[in-house]
Amino acid sequence: MSTVVLLCITGLGLGALYFLVASGLSLIFGLMDVLNFAHGALLSVGAYATWWAASHSFGYPLALLFGTAVGTLASVALELGLIRPLYRRPREQVLATVGVGLAVPALLSAIWGADARTFPVPGALAGTFTLLGASVPVNRLVLIGAALVVLLALRLFLGRTRHGLVVRAGVEDRAMVTALGIDVRRAFTLVFAIGGAAAALAGGLAGLYFGSVDPTQGGSLLIFGFVVVVMGGLGSVSGAAVACVVVGLVQQFANYYSTAGLGDLSVVVMLAALLLVRPSGLTGRLA
Amino acid sequence: MSAPLLSVRELKVVVGGRHILHGVDLDVAPAGVTALLGRNGAGKTTTVRGILGLVPRSGSVRYDGHETVGMTTHQLVRRGIGYVPEDRGVFAALTVAENLRLAERDADPAYDLVHELFPELRQRARQAAGTLSGGQQQMVAIGRTLLNRSNRLIIADEPTKGLAPRVVTEVAVALERAAQAVPILLVEQNLALVRRLAGHCVVVADGRTAHAGPAAELLADAEKSRTLLGVGRRADAATGPGGDR
Ligand SMILES: Nc1ncnc2c1ncn2[C@@H]1O[C@H](COP(=O)(O)OP(=O)(O)OP(=O)(O)O)[C@@H](O)[C@H]1O
Ligand SMILES: [Mg+2]
Repeated sequence: MSTVVLLCITGLGLGALYFLVASGLSLIFGLMDVLNFAHGALLSVGAYATWWAASHSFGYPLALLFGTAVGTLASVALELGLIRPLYRRPREQVLATVGVGLAVPALLSAIWGADARTFPVPGALAGTFTLLGASVPVNRLVLIGAALVVLLALRLFLGRTRHGLVVRAGVEDRAMVTALGIDVRRAFTLVFAIGGAAAALAGGLAGLYFGSVDPTQGGSLLIFGFVVVVMGGLGSVSGAAVACVVVGLVQQFANYYSTAGLGDLSVVVMLAALLLVRPSGLTGRLA
Repeated sequence: MSAPLLSVRELKVVVGGRHILHGVDLDVAPAGVTALLGRNGAGKTTTVRGILGLVPRSGSVRYDGHETVGMTTHQLVRRGIGYVPEDRGVFAALTVAENLRLAERDADPAYDLVHELFPELRQRARQAAGTLSGGQQQMVAIGRTLLNRSNRLIIADEPTKGLAPRVVTEVAVALERAAQAVPILLVEQNLALVRRLAGHCVVVADGRTAHAGPAAELLADAEKSRTLLGVGRRADAATGPGGDR
């Protein structure tokens, strides 16, 4: 029983990271048809910025805020500097994001080395607590809580604000949004800012989860982010929320009850099976 | 006619390497309805999309005295254009209220007018637009353009296509009402409606302007309208609201 509880909470914690990556990916793809391969790089930027700040005695909450802010700025810069100029050339756009996705980890290892750096986990978050006989790391709850807050904030943003309305409409039909006199490119920058913030937050939280940061973290989390996005239905935030729970749990349980590594494989098999049955993903709906 | 509000010259559109418009000329009078006519596939929709910059275009599109070919669609539309696209362009996942709210540009949107003309839209405010009937969706599409009193031109692409006669009448009334305040460029296959609403008409054929002149004159000339529009009684009967034949 205690193992099951631990696996559940850990799976949900991992799922929370996937959600933070996937929600932005999903919004960006839904609105702009851009598969942002640089999303993992944004996560790494957030992770290293948080690590750097935490190592310079910022205190974890402030460091996380700093990392998220840096990631957000990086994401906006990416949109304005690379994505927007290539707006009418989708293939080059994707290649540009692939390039950034490769360059940033290289840059990070050039500066701080390719090895994992220990993440200074604050005492309050380093401990465990007992739940139904299982000794569960506190940081899992932080991850789950953060993902829930982001999910709620995204739903409020999409459902209650004018910008959110523009994003939802743009996911359906960008051209018609412009034909209503709305500059849809502003929404592009906005979803990049939101997606970048969530990814960078995931980076800072990943440091907590794994206890270290390294340049390849972003890339491997990105892969599962993509899986979650595809399973959840491209452009759907709620779908991503459901899919990340499924992926996180399946991965944890499969890794534990079979040989390690089989969890990752089972996720891919599950994705393939789902796509055969429901090509548009779990929901096919936004928000 | 007095100086046109919209003046299109030598409009050319190439989509995917295919020349679709070879040179369309048209003027929209500063008042009343100007009909844009032509057979299926003649290039009416492409003309409208070219005017709005929704497809890459070349030539000249002067609106309100300014050249707009260099502008983006949203810049042009913000100068006071309401657009009812051929496929209605409502956002299926948004509610009726959200569809209308998205179109608001004025500080004081004319919901009173929209709800007076289309009372159904008030009752169905919270319904997802994708679940509306075709006619109701068309009401949303037209309602969006009527919402902004600051609109100075409405471009409607076959707003009665595929609608039941009762709804055609409802749409016609709305257009007639709108035309009292704002000039309309109306793409329409329903010649009875054209006869009722339009002062001038422009006919495109094979991506070119083939004719321009008073609408009544063209429609009175059976021979000419048959060659230009390819319509005999049959096409008229297929979409006509009846009563006018
Ligand atoms: N995106 C596109 N790619 C290729 N061909 C196109 C495209 N859009 C339009 N065409 C072609 O251009 C021609 C004009 O199309 P358009 O939709 O403007 O005609 P229309 O006059 O509006 O016709 P209808 O009365 O059927 O609505 C057609 O032959 C159509 O097949
Ligand atoms: Mg058409």
